[in-house]
Amino acid sequence: MKLFIIFISAAVVNNFVFTYFLGICPFVGVSKKLSSAVSMGMSVTFVMTISAGVTWLIYHLILVPFHIEILEYVSFILVIASLVQLVEMFVRKISKPLYDALGIYLPLITTNCTILGLALFSILRNYSFVESLIFGIGAGAGFTLALVIMAGIREELELANVPKYFRGAGITMIVAGSLALAFMGFAGLISI
Amino acid sequence: MDVAALLISMGSMGLLGVLFSVGLSIANKKFHVDEDPRIAVISEELPGVNCGACGYAGCVNFAEYLVKDEAEISTCGVASAETVKEIAGILGVEATTAEQKIARIMCQGGIDETAKKAWYVGIQSCLAAHILSGGEKLCEYGCLGSGDCLDACPFDAIRISKNRLPEIIESKCTGCGKCVDACPRDVIELHPESHRLFVLCKNHDNPKESRKVCSKACIGCKICVRAVGEDQIFMDKHLARINYEVYGNESVLPTDRCPTECLVVIKNKKAAEALEHTS
Repeated sequence: MKLFIIFISAAVVNNFVFTYFLGICPFVGVSKKLSSAVSMGMSVTFVMTISAGVTWLIYHLILVPFHIEILEYVSFILVIASLVQLVEMFVRKISKPLYDALGIYLPLITTNCTILGLALFSILRNYSFVESLIFGIGAGAGFTLALVIMAGIREELELANVPKYFRGAGITMIVAGSLALAFMGFAGLISI
Repeated sequence: MDVAALLISMGSMGLLGVLFSVGLSIANKKFHVDEDPRIAVISEELPGVNCGACGYAGCVNFAEYLVKDEAEISTCGVASAETVKEIAGILGVEATTAEQKIARIMCQGGIDETAKKAWYVGIQSCLAAHILSGGEKLCEYGCLGSGDCLDACPFDAIRISKNRLPEIIESKCTGCGKCVDACPRDVIELHPESHRLFVLCKNHDNPKESRKVCSKACIGCKICVRAVGEDQIFMDKHLARINYEVYGNESVLPTDRCPTECLVVIKNKKAAEALEHTS
């Protein structure tokens, strides 16, 4: 049951994009087309889950026993950066068109605060290994959800009659804000 | 200072680093994608600025399409003539170059010439000012002078004068077009190097309105049109436009009776700039 709560909380109630305002860069940058939004979401979910697991292992098997918890940030960034490199190689081999579509956004995942935030949160909340993994999957799902909703709206906005000085960045920010407000409706649904 | 902790930290992080590097190199071999070796060689030859003016996502991407024979070498306006020859040699094709293009600022309305409608106190960016009810200049078409073009230029070919107007350093300009995209008012235009005569204004307002906003605006008096005929210079809603195909590339003013001096011949500055840099 707790696993289910963790998943729903990370995906919807405490959505990383709309509640914690993490990962805004790819959120605004990749959400122009629905197809690239979905691909980006899936890549981030993959990196998130694996890094959640690996960082948990490193923290509890290396950092804690040797009392060097202070190296949390350093080691986590190392893990995340390597994983993203791996994902990039993987994507390039499996599907070149996808690789071309995502382009520069793949390395962007590395500096994405969402992934580091995820790792740090699970340490803070003392999750077990399995709980961390579920947390990662949930956060990835939530991020994908945010991206897909935003991409859908932005694709519609291309054909809409936006007031002159709101076009481009202006209306994007307003939509993002409205979505964040909407997601606030979930607040208190599950208290974690 | 606990030496043991220091050693353990260095050791464990170092070990992790080595572990991941080894893992990544194995993955690199395993996920290796066979690539035409010419792509790497051509990417080295290309300028490597990744300005995107060719329409492809950077120099490596352009090289990929060149190798597939789906792109023309001349699309890269930045590559020098020798680079084009080298690349043509690698690909085994004829080297063709398109004429060098240079960016021109189609506005002479600096601080001395123009009237303001408000004080703009905000983000010092042309785009920001333009979005906020059109900035502080009364002229809706003119240059805002905050330098978005300067920021966009990957070759440092633009500087802003004391009069708050951008100046193009012709020897550095490669015609990549990034400044054209950056300008929120479309004041910058790309012209082939051979074009010498310009109407440096974008103001389409009638004479009464244009005079109010800038002392060097094109007021639409048609003196230039009447001097050489409508086939060479024509009016586009109170703004004179030059038909370069008919007028040709002569560095001669059609008339010296332009009341606001917006009709200008820009001399070849490259020689002068070369002197400037050596002095």
